[in-house]
Amino acid sequence: MIQVRILLVMMIIGAAIAIGSTDLICAIVALGVVGLGISLIFLLLQAPDLAILQLVVEIMSLVIMIRAFGMKDTVNIRERRFIATSISVILMGFFLVFSMAAIFEIPRFGSPLMKTSLFYLRNGFRQTGVPNMVSAIILDYRSLDMLGQVVIAFSAAIGLVLIGRKKIHASTANRAEREQK
Amino acid sequence: MVEYFLCMVLFCLGLYAILIKRNLIKIIIGLAIMEYAMNLFFILLGYKKGATVPIFSSLTEPHPEVMVDPVAQAMVVANVVIGLAVTFILVIIAILIYEKYGTFDIRDVNKLKG
Repeated sequence: MIQVRILLVMMIIGAAIAIGSTDLICAIVALGVVGLGISLIFLLLQAPDLAILQLVVEIMSLVIMIRAFGMKDTVNIRERRFIATSISVILMGFFLVFSMAAIFEIPRFGSPLMKTSLFYLRNGFRQTGVPNMVSAIILDYRSLDMLGQVVIAFSAAIGLVLIGRKKIHASTANRAEREQK
Repeated sequence: MVEYFLCMVLFCLGLYAILIKRNLIKIIIGLAIMEYAMNLFFILLGYKKGATVPIFSSLTEPHPEVMVDPVAQAMVVANVVIGLAVTFILVIIAILIYEKYGTFDIRDVNKLKG
């Protein structure tokens, strides 16, 4: 599909800008280009649920990262490390070569192996009564996985509160001290 | 094939940021790019040429043979939410490091160096 290729090239350019840019706001917004491009690709590859989810998640993470990092210094850490850079580039070349060898072994783009999925697609509506097969799988067949995901999201929220609470307490204590003075 | 290769190139860009960059924010951005590339690879694997959304619009005449893979999409739904949680935790830890050391440069974060 030519649209997917064009969007992928756009996302690669956005990722290169996000990695190479010296301005932090520019880097975070370029990361947003990658996330929104992936949302469009999900829509083109017939996954509308994922496109909506990815759009919301991308905007949330963009807002959080700009709020967290936008006020800080635009730290510009220039480094010249030819040996480390060249070794990393050679390793990534090896990774690309071996991944191409693996890609030629898996089924071609556009003709997937669908043994389990065909079972779900043929019997899913009769067994669950849900027309949307993705919802039927994540909420009925694989609902234990969904429970694990909810536990992970909940523990992440608890961790955010536990780690970030100290900071809030410190700032309020400072304000109380200033008011006393 | 070209789609798979471009997806791998995107993964390699994230790997480059994690290996080379010394700014904590750039490392978090590289991790996010790798996660996007992995999600995209799952969806590319599940695409069938000329197929439709895995939602039954006509319940009297279902065509399950012309639908894309719903299992890959169900896996990626879990991956996206977990990636968001990981990004939030990393951002909070980076903010704490900035408050303690005053910089995002990982060469200056050396209080634990033995």
